[in-house]
Amino acid sequence: MKHALKFAAGAGAVTLGALFAAMPAWAQDAAAAAPAATVDKGDTAWMMTSTILVLMMILPGLALFYGGLARTKNMLSVMTQIGAVAAFTMLIWVIYGYSMAFGPDYEGFASNFVSTFGKAFLAGVTPASQAATFTAGVEIPEYVFICFQMTFAAITVALVLGSVVERIKFSAVMIFALVWLTIVYFPVAHMVWAASGYFFKLGALDFAGGTVVHINAGVSALVAALIIGKRIGYPQERMAPHSLTLTMVGTGLLWVGWFGFNAGSALEANGSAGLAMINTFVATASAALFWMLAERVAGHKASALGFCSGVIAGLVAVTPAAGNSGPFGAIVLGAVASIVCFFFVTVVKPRLGYDDSLDAFGVHGIGGIVGAIGTGVVCSPALGGPGKPDFDMIAQVIIQSKAVGATIVIAAIGTTIAIVIAKALTGGRVTPEVELEGLDLGEHGERAYNS
Amino acid sequence: MKLIIAIIKPFKLDDVREALTGVGVTGMTVTEVKGFGRQKGQTEIYRGAEYSTNMVPKIKLEIACQADLVDRAVEAIQAAASTGAIGDGKIFVLDLGQAVRIRTGETNETAL
Repeated sequence: MKHALKFAAGAGAVTLGALFAAMPAWAQDAAAAAPAATVDKGDTAWMMTSTILVLMMILPGLALFYGGLARTKNMLSVMTQIGAVAAFTMLIWVIYGYSMAFGPDYEGFASNFVSTFGKAFLAGVTPASQAATFTAGVEIPEYVFICFQMTFAAITVALVLGSVVERIKFSAVMIFALVWLTIVYFPVAHMVWAASGYFFKLGALDFAGGTVVHINAGVSALVAALIIGKRIGYPQERMAPHSLTLTMVGTGLLWVGWFGFNAGSALEANGSAGLAMINTFVATASAALFWMLAERVAGHKASALGFCSGVIAGLVAVTPAAGNSGPFGAIVLGAVASIVCFFFVTVVKPRLGYDDSLDAFGVHGIGGIVGAIGTGVVCSPALGGPGKPDFDMIAQVIIQSKAVGATIVIAAIGTTIAIVIAKALTGGRVTPEVELEGLDLGEHGERAYNS
Repeated sequence: MKLIIAIIKPFKLDDVREALTGVGVTGMTVTEVKGFGRQKGQTEIYRGAEYSTNMVPKIKLEIACQADLVDRAVEAIQAAASTGAIGDGKIFVLDLGQAVRIRTGETNETAL
């Protein structure tokens, strides 16, 4: 009973927040009169909730999704690598990552790419500090914003690992994470989301991180897989997922958590968050069904892994479009991304012959590119999107493509540097003996399943 | 004394057990096994990666019984486990040299 009451009270608080947020005109008028920005308790509660939802996407969501796709002997290694890099990212984030992405601006050209270390160790941040939202005069506590963005950095670096699991050393993963976050993630997050960032000023639309998170992670995953090399026995040996049951559980946790990721990216509990929420439902539903449909058209059976892959492809594609598309635009975007990703991982990848173990590039990279460029299309008010009446689709698609292209270049170069450093310091790969016996025993001294 | 080894389809286990108790068999040992015969394996596809499994899961029964019970037991297994399709399995009958009941030390037919 106690729990039920608590839950009801929590739901009430969110509803109350939505009520306050439904009066933005008042807030704006008030702000015009008095410049002091207000912090809304509903917004704050929603952003704290969203932050925890994104954490759930990493642990246990992504850990189970990726872990189930790996072989039995590498289950713990996959989950431990994800958990450890996420934890490591949280510390790096408060030490200097937040400052590099959202700290005080450099004077002049450098402010396009990165911020200063002025907020290193969160200097000057207090419970009274506030961070801007998309509504003038409405702000959220800076600590909450720091935590929300922290979870984004943590999941992005964890996503990259999908292409190199089952062979990369645990120590190499940690070194890679440190370098990669510093030279790739923090600058790209700044460029897309900080008001002084290059892509932000260019007008690139990225609601929840299609470029920053998914293209960034996907391209980095591809480059990392190319440098680290194939798993022993790939592709002749059987490397079937050891538990699609756990992958399905992880998929569900990712989908639920993604509402924090997408609807939370509105930074307020308002109609924009509501739009992101409905799009996160329908784009994903469409993508899940279209992946299975694509399997049937290709002459196979509609599969559980196909369902899960479609869910992820849809979530990835709708990420940049979440608050920038109408629901029916999102349905089309999800379907297109799903079909393109299906074609990529089942036809293109085997021909190219590289070993992206869990298709981090095939789903996040390709789905992210489709979503980021597609956002320039579905945002159009002619297609039911929230773009202004003078929305220029072609110009927007060009801007989107520029942001995509630049992200690909930065991610590719930065990952090359990060992996080369990790390889030089740790050797990069486990020995063939450890790889054959499994990384669970060789790297962590445990087995996932003792019967 | 004879030892009957039967390889059957897993979902036929209950039918076979009932048929065997019906003819007076008092015990058996059951093992989950894999193998191949004329029945082809299956193809699994994970995101386009195809793996063909040539080993098919089966159930192996081991039944030690008196010689005069063998014909009826074999008949019962054959009738109960048959679906008429490839992959229904096989029955082997071997001579059994010795049997001991561990609890009492009884030997041979009294031990069955």
